[in-house]
Amino acid sequence: MCGIVGLFLKKDELRPQLGDLLTDMLITMTDRGPDSAGIAIYGDEAEGSVKITVQSDTPETAFADLDAAVCAVVDAPVTIRVLDTHAVLTLPETVEKAAVAFLEERGLRIMGSGASMEIYKEVGLPKDVARRFGLREMGGSHGIGHTRMATESAVTTMGAHPFSTADDQCLVHNGSLSNHNQMRRKLAKKGVFTRSENDTEVGAAYISSRIAEGASLGEALEGTLTDIDGFFTFVMGTRNGFGVVRDPIACKPAVMAETDDYVAFASEYRAFADLPGIEAARVWEPEPATVYFWER
Amino acid sequence: MSTTLDMATTELREVNTMLQTAAKAHANENYIITNARGSHAMACGLDGPLTVNVKGSTGYYCAGMNKDATIIVEGSAGPGVAENMMSGVVTIEGDASQYAGATGHGGLLNIKGNASSRCGISMKGIDIVVHGNIGHMSAFMAQKGNLVVLGDAGDALGDSLYEARLFVRGTVKSLGADCVEKEMRPEHIEILKELLEKAGADARPEEFKRYGSARKLYNFNIDHADAY
Repeated sequence: MCGIVGLFLKKDELRPQLGDLLTDMLITMTDRGPDSAGIAIYGDEAEGSVKITVQSDTPETAFADLDAAVCAVVDAPVTIRVLDTHAVLTLPETVEKAAVAFLEERGLRIMGSGASMEIYKEVGLPKDVARRFGLREMGGSHGIGHTRMATESAVTTMGAHPFSTADDQCLVHNGSLSNHNQMRRKLAKKGVFTRSENDTEVGAAYISSRIAEGASLGEALEGTLTDIDGFFTFVMGTRNGFGVVRDPIACKPAVMAETDDYVAFASEYRAFADLPGIEAARVWEPEPATVYFWER
Repeated sequence: MSTTLDMATTELREVNTMLQTAAKAHANENYIITNARGSHAMACGLDGPLTVNVKGSTGYYCAGMNKDATIIVEGSAGPGVAENMMSGVVTIEGDASQYAGATGHGGLLNIKGNASSRCGISMKGIDIVVHGNIGHMSAFMAQKGNLVVLGDAGDALGDSLYEARLFVRGTVKSLGADCVEKEMRPEHIEILKELLEKAGADARPEEFKRYGSARKLYNFNIDHADAY
């Protein structure tokens, strides 16, 4: 069992409240997944820049002068924002590859990167994870989150969701995949590699590889229904929005709500209880084997 | 007169204890629950005459094991609503999630919106009326009772069905193993008429088709090995 949530804002006025609303949704899903929590938030973008979110178990030493060290290697301006065990480095997109290679060499864990996406995930209760990163104070256009009760890999930061396998793309998942080892080998043959032993990361890598090959988000999500075996309710975040798909058996719960202000997704209705105007929202259960997505 | 219980200030366990005590007292009281906020196991295990109006949507297993009580959810219900119901009436004004009315032995589950997958799975005598559509694998291994659907049914309706009667007004995406369309005889029209009236459904019995068991999977038959 896991809990997943997503919130896509239709109106810019609500942007400052995104973190606050998502945090309540995430905390409500604690009893579906108390061992780790994570969130991907799509916030401000700067023309030509990319944000790389990294994690370290020893942030005091790992993040000290990290910006200067990256700057020296990539020969470009770098800024750093440290939040607990995570740091977000902002730098020109032209030097992203070199920066990621250098950060990995220094033993930092890459949570994700992109023009607007930042990923924060850690082991611990969702309320503690949210507090450590100050999720409530974060603004943005949309975000997805996950509370984990582990089944397929160890309870570690790298085993927590969301999983990002391409710039600005990430996936959260409730369920378990059966053919992930086979799919991992297939993807590796195409040069697509994953960083963990986790089944969901393979799902994320499959979707990103399809998008990289030219598929739309809708087509890539559709592909999961034929190529991925197992139980899943997936929510995929992209720079422009998010998509939802459930396997044909659909035993993993899902509910959606839409108003003029937002589209919300959750494993259970409880997560919507504090959303503004929820009483008047259109609430429905997404159909099995059907792709839904909202983009701006 | 009715008593209002506000779940913003009263814990779920306390609310359920009060309702269960009132049910046992057979005082036939009315309760209104506010701020249900999708809580789990709302108004479950009520085994006496009692009316409960839940304002808003409920989570998993609302009205489970109900006996004699009347429960109205003025919103949508999460998975497993009215599971293993024995008698009484449970009404869902909105939609119901998966396995609504599962294993129910009796009473009426009246869903005004849609029900999703596995509605009435293994039902054992309950009557379920769904005013909208139902999802896949509904009435799987259903043994007894009536499932009435005013809208459409999803894939594999009535798979491995025993003696429950299924009435569908709209289309059926596919029938499950051993489920077949059957003749609508006068006694079925009578049963359906009564159920539609009880559920306040705006439909005529003549508009429905009846589905039931072909009874070919009851006993192992080597000629049917491919069907297993």
